[in-house]
Amino acid sequence: MDRITRVQDYPLSERAPERILSARGKPLNALTLEAVLFGEVSIEDLRITPEALRAQADIARLAGRPALADNFERGAELVHVPQDLIMDTYELLRPGRAKTRCELVERARLLRTEYRALRLAEFIEEAAEQYKRRGLVTD
Amino acid sequence: MEKVTPPNRWRRYSDWDDRPLRLDQFARNDPANGFSAFKSPADPAPGFQVENGRIASMDGVLAHEFDMIDAFIAAYHLDPEVAPEAMAMDSSEVARMLVDMNVPREKLVRLAHGMTPAKLADVVSRLNALEIAFAYSKMRPRKTPGNQAHVTNAKDDPLQLAADAAVAAGFGFDELETTMRVARTAWSNALACLVGSCVGDWGTLFQCSSEEAEELKIGMAGFTSYAETVSVYGTERSFIDGDDTPWSKAFLVAAYASRGIKARCTSGGGAELLMGYHEAKSLLYLEARCLCLQRGMGVQGTQNGGIDGAPITASLAGGMREMMAENLLAVWLDLECASGNDARPTESEIRVGAKILPYLIAGSDLICSGFGSILKYDNSFNPSLFNGEEMEDFLILQRDFEADGGITPLPESRALELRTRAVEAISAVLEELDLAVATPQMKASVISASGSLETTTFSTGETASISEKIQQRVTVIDVIRALHKQGFAREAENLLKMVKLRVSGDYLQTSSIVRNGRILSAVNDPNDYAGPGTGYRMSPERSEAVSNIRDVLGRAEVVRAQSMHRRNEGQHISYSSAGEARHGSHPNEVVIGISPAFGLQIYQTTGGIGLSEVLRALIRGVEAGGSSARIVRMYHSADTSFIGLKAAELSGSGIGIGIQAKGTAVIHQKGRMPHNNLELFSNSPITTLEHYEAMGRNAAQWTFGLRPEPVIVPTEGQALGARYHTQVALIHAIETALTVPGQAPEETVVRFLKGAL
Repeated sequence: MDRITRVQDYPLSERAPERILSARGKPLNALTLEAVLFGEVSIEDLRITPEALRAQADIARLAGRPALADNFERGAELVHVPQDLIMDTYELLRPGRAKTRCELVERARLLRTEYRALRLAEFIEEAAEQYKRRGLVTD
Repeated sequence: MEKVTPPNRWRRYSDWDDRPLRLDQFARNDPANGFSAFKSPADPAPGFQVENGRIASMDGVLAHEFDMIDAFIAAYHLDPEVAPEAMAMDSSEVARMLVDMNVPREKLVRLAHGMTPAKLADVVSRLNALEIAFAYSKMRPRKTPGNQAHVTNAKDDPLQLAADAAVAAGFGFDELETTMRVARTAWSNALACLVGSCVGDWGTLFQCSSEEAEELKIGMAGFTSYAETVSVYGTERSFIDGDDTPWSKAFLVAAYASRGIKARCTSGGGAELLMGYHEAKSLLYLEARCLCLQRGMGVQGTQNGGIDGAPITASLAGGMREMMAENLLAVWLDLECASGNDARPTESEIRVGAKILPYLIAGSDLICSGFGSILKYDNSFNPSLFNGEEMEDFLILQRDFEADGGITPLPESRALELRTRAVEAISAVLEELDLAVATPQMKASVISASGSLETTTFSTGETASISEKIQQRVTVIDVIRALHKQGFAREAENLLKMVKLRVSGDYLQTSSIVRNGRILSAVNDPNDYAGPGTGYRMSPERSEAVSNIRDVLGRAEVVRAQSMHRRNEGQHISYSSAGEARHGSHPNEVVIGISPAFGLQIYQTTGGIGLSEVLRALIRGVEAGGSSARIVRMYHSADTSFIGLKAAELSGSGIGIGIQAKGTAVIHQKGRMPHNNLELFSNSPITTLEHYEAMGRNAAQWTFGLRPEPVIVPTEGQALGARYHTQVALIHAIETALTVPGQAPEETVVRFLKGAL
């Protein structure tokens, strides 16, 4: 999907529905009750895509909310990360779970290489440094 | 001489002891132990230094000494482009800008992004409560106000959850939040509220507050659309004690975005105090840290303003003002604000009403971050500021102040329809998905029940088993199909529309709600307040909807009510005219002057006594006092004093009684000023037949030159004006319409008929 350049395109579902595709490539207007009843729409089709999140990030930035946009972009990187790994990474970031800085750095590497989650990897590396500085983890 | 014990107490204090207010505890200001609302000696002075392009210190802490919260705020909140300018500004000047309608919101938001927590707290602490409310109204992100409801019950009963969710959606709450008594019922609660919220119109966002991992899983299955349990704290020790860090919470926020679920954080004054790690800082300063953190995390909004800490915050001097200041900080930072008014901070209904008013008139993204739409005992979060019991009080406050509190009166018949449909829908889903069978008795008991004490329904254990099955094998797709198959096509369609919201993610933007099938957020409905006539104003339709409460009185209702008594009175009394009233000559007679509509258009006093009985009591009293009574109908006036005075002037004794149809009565004497009567019954709603009879007797005694003890109608302090004045004004209008200035009084022959008491 092209980047959004006008805040007037928001809400995308009303102003630019053709730009929204489900995870399996279905346009928004194909997600009908009939399609659900005929088994043509699965729960997968009702999930957000990285593209939609990046479009929302564009809108947030155009509306003057860069921090919100950054969060949407971190979210976009997590869309294809399996639920268990998300929960495991969240758990690892909680105090006292990771004992060493390296455990966190290793998780950052995994997310970067396996899921191209570049921003998140950086974010977790930063957490690792801060946790070490504040004594939550050893090296 | 008798010995008199000196009083040991003014008993008014005993009365005060007994008021609900005195159940509240109030805390002494004690900053060293964390008890200070706005300012503590331990709060740092605002400060900010940059060296070599890096933040060298913030609020008196050097960069290498930053705790995790400082570090996160410095990295993600503080805008280095704006900070030098914003931090250099005089705090009083910024405070004035907040209440200056000519300073645009965007300009202030930009400055906030360059301010440290201590600076932000310093600015808002300079505003009084009224200024905070005004600034809040100007700064809140979305123009249209909204509201959120709690939907829970003590049994975690899915049938009742569905019924109550449907009713809450029917009242127009934009968001519903549930939680459970027993963690194992989370999935059942989620399914039940979701189905209930899709009965009627669609567009109510829903969350199931549970353990973080579980909540995300329930969201993944398509059952929920938002989350607000991402708690953050203002001290590092509280954060760690709460089992998180700024980075873990920011990660969780991103995880919610990745699942297309709207998220907001939770913070609020008193949390650190309750957790014991307050660092002797003021509540406001700690909350400013929480909010800078939240903005840095990139969450779209917050639930703050005390929240679980509201009761302890309200115990402090300035505590309620502090909660308002917290909310102002949130919206100044451009966060959606679900503005507390949640955990009930007091047993005093007066404090409840006072707490809500600034928010009601200022508006808020979500006025309550949990209005208890259910009864207090059914609220699994603990009672809210407002609860099911007080729903109509809130609706009427909206009407009183013509302020949009985000909800709309729901006609009784519509509420019953919604409950019935919701219980049928959830029962059908439970049955179709082979989860449980609700019996007709269970359904009927839930539909009519005000709360769970009245229901015969699933046990919590049975519900936990339903919940486990849902967790194992049900997604929202199954629910949509089940609804449709069982004949709930509209609900199936509504549910699909809800779930589709997450595909575009439009509702992830700041302050999003769904109204009339469309997303409204700070992006497409920005608050543009710039003085009178701007910002949010209710449309005429909305205004009409808000004012359309039940049981309003008009002339038609009063006439209808009176006409129900006409027939009964007709069997007891007849009035006939005997020409123009004469001046009497008997020295002991009492003339009873009746008003124009007395017994002709009005048949009962506001105290609910038939006028025939009233007249009989007066006459009985007059005769018992040794006098005779003569009845005269007045036309020149409908005013008790003038009726009474005229009666006295016509009376041979110079003593007369005047009585209006609504029951107000007076003893008058010839020659007195109209309003300087001998005795007056001004509170007709509490005046009884005994009182009227005693008045008659006293009037008689006056004719003998005696000075009888006046009859006192005791009042218990009822707000009779509130209870009766609408009716009184309408009745009086009927009386005054019959008056003819200058028309002479009429001699009236009254006959009490067979069957009279």
